[in-house]
Formats: sequence, structure tokens, C-alpha cells
Amino acid sequence: MMKGGRIFAKIYLWVLMAVLYAPIVFIAVFSFTEAKSLGNWTGFSLRLYQNLFTGSMQNSAGLLSAVKNTVLIALAAATAATILGTLAAIGISKLKPRNRAVMSFLNNIPMINPDIITGVSLFLLFVFLHISQGYTTVILAHITFCTPYVVLNVMPKLSQLNPNIYEAALDLGATPMQALRKVLVPALRPGMISGFILSFTMSLDDFAVTFFTRGTIGLDTLSTFIYTDARKGGLTPELKPLMTIIFLIILVVLLLINIRNSKNDNKR
Amino acid sequence: MNKRSTWALPYFIFLLLFVVLPLIMVVVYAFQDNSGHFTLSNIAKFFSDGDSLGTFALSIEVAVENTLLCILLGYPAAYILADKNLNRSAVTVVLFILPMWINALMRTLATAELFNMAGIQLGKGTLLFGMCYDFLPFMIYPIYNQLNKMDKSYAEAAQDLGATPAEVFRKVTLPLSMPGVWSGVMMVFMPTVSTFAISEFLTNNKIKLFGTIIQENINNSMWNYGAALSLIMLIIIAITTVLQGGGNTEDAAGGAI
Repeated sequence: MMKGGRIFAKIYLWVLMAVLYAPIVFIAVFSFTEAKSLGNWTGFSLRLYQNLFTGSMQNSAGLLSAVKNTVLIALAAATAATILGTLAAIGISKLKPRNRAVMSFLNNIPMINPDIITGVSLFLLFVFLHISQGYTTVILAHITFCTPYVVLNVMPKLSQLNPNIYEAALDLGATPMQALRKVLVPALRPGMISGFILSFTMSLDDFAVTFFTRGTIGLDTLSTFIYTDARKGGLTPELKPLMTIIFLIILVVLLLINIRNSKNDNKR
Repeated sequence: MNKRSTWALPYFIFLLLFVVLPLIMVVVYAFQDNSGHFTLSNIAKFFSDGDSLGTFALSIEVAVENTLLCILLGYPAAYILADKNLNRSAVTVVLFILPMWINALMRTLATAELFNMAGIQLGKGTLLFGMCYDFLPFMIYPIYNQLNKMDKSYAEAAQDLGATPAEVFRKVTLPLSMPGVWSGVMMVFMPTVSTFAISEFLTNNKIKLFGTIIQENINNSMWNYGAALSLIMLIIIAITTVLQGGGNTEDAAGGAI
């Protein structure tokens, strides 16, 4: 490619990136001032960070429990989805082609359904069965939209696996449980880990599904907390430093993972 | 338990209980009245209600425009990211998907506030821009993935056989990258139709999309009408999926890190 084209490509990427990051930078910048509303600058201050860590703010308990719920729900859902999805992937790889097609069709539905359909349909199910909604229903709902991604991440690792390795372990006297733990899981681990991470982040970011399945017991995740807050008119100002901190943590973690990956690639 | 095919059974039951059964519930509620009797009035109500139809048409319009905008902006970005001559660093790719990890509602609120500060009136323009901003990574990533795993020798062969760069792109690269574009369309189009909070924030409640009226009906205990609206959306999803060739979501799902 010509030099002019290359420079143009670079400029295009950077401009697009600047636009994508503008709101995040905006939040970060205004986390260092005391003003309540987002776009109001009243001089540099670390007050909001101080409030966040000492818990001395208006809706402190609400925000902290929302953060805690978000993380706990994501951990529970991602863990369950990883176990369920990995077992399912192993099973699916051994199914007859017709049953396999049925499973992959069913597995595709939650991925194609928009959040609101997943949320509303589960809401109607819980209403119909008179199941009271709360933590359990939210976690179940999150497992529903996370597991397909685990299955899809584990399947390619299974096709790379020697198909006889599991039988070999059984022939050598391992129980099915031992063969699973000592032979299959280590081989499938990379797929399981990326499935887990994907599930975890999707659960963290979910709003619509949680919104419809959380019931009326006052269960809030970060998303529903922000939604309620914004609908009331005033966003809790301490959300700004909280979002800034979350962003920095994710940035550092992702960069570290990538630097490690590219080092491994170079070694190969 | 020695037969490993049985290991898929728990997930099969799970899918029946929490995916298939809920969808059946949508159909059941859509054809019932308040007291649980069979009725077609919910569906009829949608087709005779100017407001719902108007919102529906507007949602489809916004979704089409947003999807086109995302392809228009996202394709070049994915192309540049996947081209080894233009971009050597995997970190740039990560930087493009990173915003997805920040709470979408918070980002949207900040976007709306940026518009306010710039003195731009919230309305359809800001809605489109904000939607595009929210969904762009979902378009870039599948196209990037598809371009990345494409066999580069096809393009080289075309070039050796005398095709100009424009011809190589039009006749080789673009057709081969279409599965990625379709995955992106699936991840942008229907979610745009069904967003609720995002469209409210970006237009200061001035513009309602289809997702908002579903949510309002469900939240106001009008479950049957809400279910009927959901059913209409499900039918559209089914049609677009069939048109697209059976829902190839694999490209979009392959480990976003």
C-alpha cells in the first residue's frame, strides 16, 4: 500500500478511537471534581474518591451492595455456565449428527435473541410458575445467555483433541471422573477460560435481562442502579470515580494478558 | 455414565426449561386475555394501534440506519486492523473492544451529557450517533475476525493475475468477508430495535423505540400485550435469521480477548 494510504488509515483509526473513548475520558476527567452533575467543573478535588472509599455519601449502602451483587452474580453465573457448557460441549461432540444439529440450534437461540426477549420470556415463565424472583432467577437468567458462549469456546478445543485419549485413560484404570479431571479438563482449559471470561463480562454488563428477572425485592446490580438513578434525575456522583477505577483495572488486565500472549507467540 | 454423549443431557434439559419453555410462554401470553382465555385481540391491537405501529416503523428505520452506519464506519476499521501492513499490534484491536467492558448505560449517559455540553439538541440525530457508538465494536470485531482468518493467498493470486487493488477488494476480499459482516448485522440490527434504556437516555425520553414499549407494557402489568409485542419481534428475528442462513454466530463468539 502507498504511503498516503497508510497515513490515512492511521488517522482514521485514531479519530474513531478518540470518538469511542470521548465519553469514558469525560467521565474520568469529571471524577476529579466535586460537582454533582456530570458536565460541571468546580475545581480539582479528590473528594468523590474519598467518599467512595470511606462510604460517606448519600446512597452509600445502595451503591456498594449493587457493586457486590454485580460481581457475585457474574461469578456465580460464569462458574455455572462454564461447568454446564464444558460438559455439554463434550457430550455434543459425541452425539449423532442429527441430535448434534438439534443441540446447536437450541444453543444458538439465546445468542440470537436480543436481551429484552430473553428477559421478558424468562419473566413470563417465572410469573407463570409462580416462582418469586430475586438472586436465583437473575443467576439462572444469566446462565442462560452465558452458557452458549462457553460451548462455542470449548468445541474447537475438543476437535483438536485426540478422540481416543479419554478411553485410553479409562483403559488405564481411571474412573470417568478422574479421566475428566486429569485428561479432558487440562486439554480444554484454554477454551474454558475464554468462555468463563466472556460469560463474566457479559454478566457484568447486562442490564435488560437483570431488569426483568430481579423481581421486586429491591435487588440492584450496577446497571439497574444506574438506570434507576438516572430516571430519578440525579446520578450518584460517586459513580464517576467508581467507573474510572473499573476502567483502569480492565485496561491494565487486558494489556497484561495481551503482552503475555504476544510474548508466548514470539517464543513459538 | 460412561457414554459421553449423555453429558449433554443436563444442558439439553436446561435449554428446554429456560430457553424453549420461556419462548412458549411468550406465545401463550400473547394469545391470552387478562383472565387467561384465548384471544387474538393482543395481536389485533398492535395492528390497529397507530402509536405502536409508528414506534415499530421508527425502530426498524433507526435500526437499518444504525446498521448501515456501523458497517460504513466499522468495515474500514476492521480492514485496517486486520491488514498486517497497516497495523502490527494486537493491542490496537483490544483498545477497540475495550469500551464494551464499561457499563453501557454509564457510557450512554456520558454521551448524552457531552451532546448537552456541546449545545446539540437531543433527538434522532443524537440517538443514531449514540447507538452507533454503542454498537460499533460489535460490528468491527466479527468482520475483523473474518478478515483475519481469511486465506491471504486468494487476494495475492488475484493480484498476480492482474487485478487492480480495487478489483481485488470488490471481487475477492469483500465477498470472503461477508460472513463476518452478517454476524455483525445480527449483533447490531435486532439489539437496536429492542434497546430501551439507551434510546431513552439519548433522546431525553423524546423518542421511544420498540423495546421501550415492550418494557412499559410488562412493567405496567400488561403482560399479554407485552408478550404479543415480543412475539412480533421474535417473528422478525426468525425471518432475519433464516434470510441470513441459519444464524452463524460462531465468528462473533470466538473469545473476545
